Amino acid sequence: MSAQLTNVVVAGIGGQGVLTASDILADVAMRAGFDVKKSEIKGMSQRGGSVSSEVRFGEAVFSPMVSPGEADFLLVLEPTQVEPNLYILKPGGRLITPDAVDAGKLANRKSLNVALLGALSAHLPLPEAQWLEALREAFPPDFSEHNRQAFLTGRASQARSERVECL
Amino acid sequence: MSPNGRQLLSGDNAIALAALHAGVALGTGYPGTPSTEILESFSEIGGKAQWSPNEKVALEVGIGVAFGGARSLVTMKHVGLNVAADPLFTAAYTGVSGGLVIVSADDPGMASSQNEQDNRRYAVAAGVPMLEPSDSQEAYDFTLAAFEISERWKMPVILRVTTRVCHSYTVVRRGEPNGTARPPDFVRDIRGRVMIPANARPAHKRLRQKLADIQDGGDTAKFNRLVPGGKELGIITSGISFMHAREAAPDASVLKLGFTHPLPMRQIAEFVKSVERCVVVEEGDPYLVDAIRAAGIIVEGKPEMYRFGELDVSRVRRILDRNLSPEAMKPPGKPPQLCDACQYRLVFTALRERNCIVAGDIGCYTLGVLPPFEAIDSCVCMGASLGVGLGLRHVLPPEQARRVVSVIGDSTFVHSGISGLVEMVYNPPPDGHVLIILDNATTAMTGHQEHPGTGRKLDHEPTNKLVLEDLARSLGIKSVHVIEPRAGTGDFEKLLDDCLASHELCVIIARRPCILIVKRLRGLEQAEQERKECSCPPN
Repeated sequence: MSAQLTNVVVAGIGGQGVLTASDILADVAMRAGFDVKKSEIKGMSQRGGSVSSEVRFGEAVFSPMVSPGEADFLLVLEPTQVEPNLYILKPGGRLITPDAVDAGKLANRKSLNVALLGALSAHLPLPEAQWLEALREAFPPDFSEHNRQAFLTGRASQARSERVECL
Repeated sequence: MSPNGRQLLSGDNAIALAALHAGVALGTGYPGTPSTEILESFSEIGGKAQWSPNEKVALEVGIGVAFGGARSLVTMKHVGLNVAADPLFTAAYTGVSGGLVIVSADDPGMASSQNEQDNRRYAVAAGVPMLEPSDSQEAYDFTLAAFEISERWKMPVILRVTTRVCHSYTVVRRGEPNGTARPPDFVRDIRGRVMIPANARPAHKRLRQKLADIQDGGDTAKFNRLVPGGKELGIITSGISFMHAREAAPDASVLKLGFTHPLPMRQIAEFVKSVERCVVVEEGDPYLVDAIRAAGIIVEGKPEMYRFGELDVSRVRRILDRNLSPEAMKPPGKPPQLCDACQYRLVFTALRERNCIVAGDIGCYTLGVLPPFEAIDSCVCMGASLGVGLGLRHVLPPEQARRVVSVIGDSTFVHSGISGLVEMVYNPPPDGHVLIILDNATTAMTGHQEHPGTGRKLDHEPTNKLVLEDLARSLGIKSVHVIEPRAGTGDFEKLLDDCLASHELCVIIARRPCILIVKRLRGLEQAEQERKECSCPPN
């Protein structure tokens, strides 16, 4: 069954927008008509500790958790958090780190989470229009344009040959 | 919400929505991960919700609401039910008129708790029905059903959830509000509600009869789902473990229990007979497997090593494979720490420098145990810093006893430190004692909830304020000090030295709002000021 599921893990440290990024991803997957589950551990993470959030989508999702070695994608917002989270990535799975985007191209450093979502989006079967719609609704109007730009910058950063063409 | 009525909700949000749809008159509780968001969410969507000083009071208020014929939701984390156990056990005897649903949010794996106790045991010990949802849809459906069960059988019902159910977001199709139309009304029932022994003896028999009737009746069947599959492997499971099991063994037959006390033993026996091998897959204690075996039904349980921590798909695969080989350790993440600008860092530095023996408590400041401070010597449960510190003071040799300090936060102090302070006054140790209350004006660790000492209610509206120093003085403590801890001034350090040397009973209230709420506080104070100015009588 897991062959039909997409497993994404977003990791970082408290305050980087890990949960916002996974919220948006889950929202887009739901808009696209998939069953979605998103799981995260809160609590101690609020004091600057490690945060990770797991999003699974597909025809039917049972467990909300991604098992070690089964994530298709690992999105890491903070370089120091790559090592502690690698165990969850499947062999041949795709790691996306802050290196994926040129931070100098971002109008606001805080939209790194959205830029990396953009990079991730190039590999997922989710339509661009629904990404942009979900992004628009996720942030106050003042930040909308920043985030749109960040998303598109991240999306464009991925080599065309590797992209998934959308439905 | 998406146009077709599908909504991605956390288990906590789903419980709150169901409470609203069930017409809950009042939600009460005390903040505690992973339960906190239930009441916050209930309040945000229009429900009436309030934080109590602790879970015992929250449940007692809930019982009063239910005695009055209205519906009541009481929320807490697993360890909160220890505090509320006293009213729970006797409310099972008295029964209720309006529906009373108690949410016990357990934390297997201890994402943010001091133990991983399995509260399914409480349903058995107190003798109350228990429902266990496995995702947000069931959290919604079972909450609604729990109120109906509570009113049908006139008894409290435990809705037992776990961290993964509370904090996972899954798709929910919401129903329509179906709240009770019955207006609250007091009906006198002295024999049913006044638990003197003469009334409690028949009440206990009534309780056991109700449980027997529930077990024999067909009520529980609709909560227990049979997923047909192969005959070779059958799995009995409940809660989040069901989801892991479905994925780990897609071809197995599964009996998924939603009603987990009293257990449907006939249904279980039939299921076990229908398969060649039957494994009970459950997180935490061997609750289901022990009960099923005690009923004379032969099933396989999980090896003891899987009692610890959460289950996931790969661990369930290992259980089914009877795999006892050591599990790979997850690499450690970055641990949480006291914020860089936390005003209480200097308190822990001062305690460490003086080689104090520190009886600590539950909250952010438990982080004072981590490097660079390593300045906490015990952490047991809410409020324990007082009692533990006093016990140490009573027995240690004077040279050590004089270095003992109790450290507690404001919300924890109000929760269950007050009785400890009374103990300190009543049974003073020979060389006195020093209590430090770190008053950051909020319940910080659980996400900044209000409490009686903040003077604001759950929705941040102003109310009466408990003044900690007035309380301490009214108990008869002469040495009560309020100080703002400021780095570099040495004021706090001097006060601490004076108190330690005084051999008296001392309370130091180190007061400064948590840096993470300063902005919010400013906004609230400004709004209050504006309101005051507006409400001045016109000239």
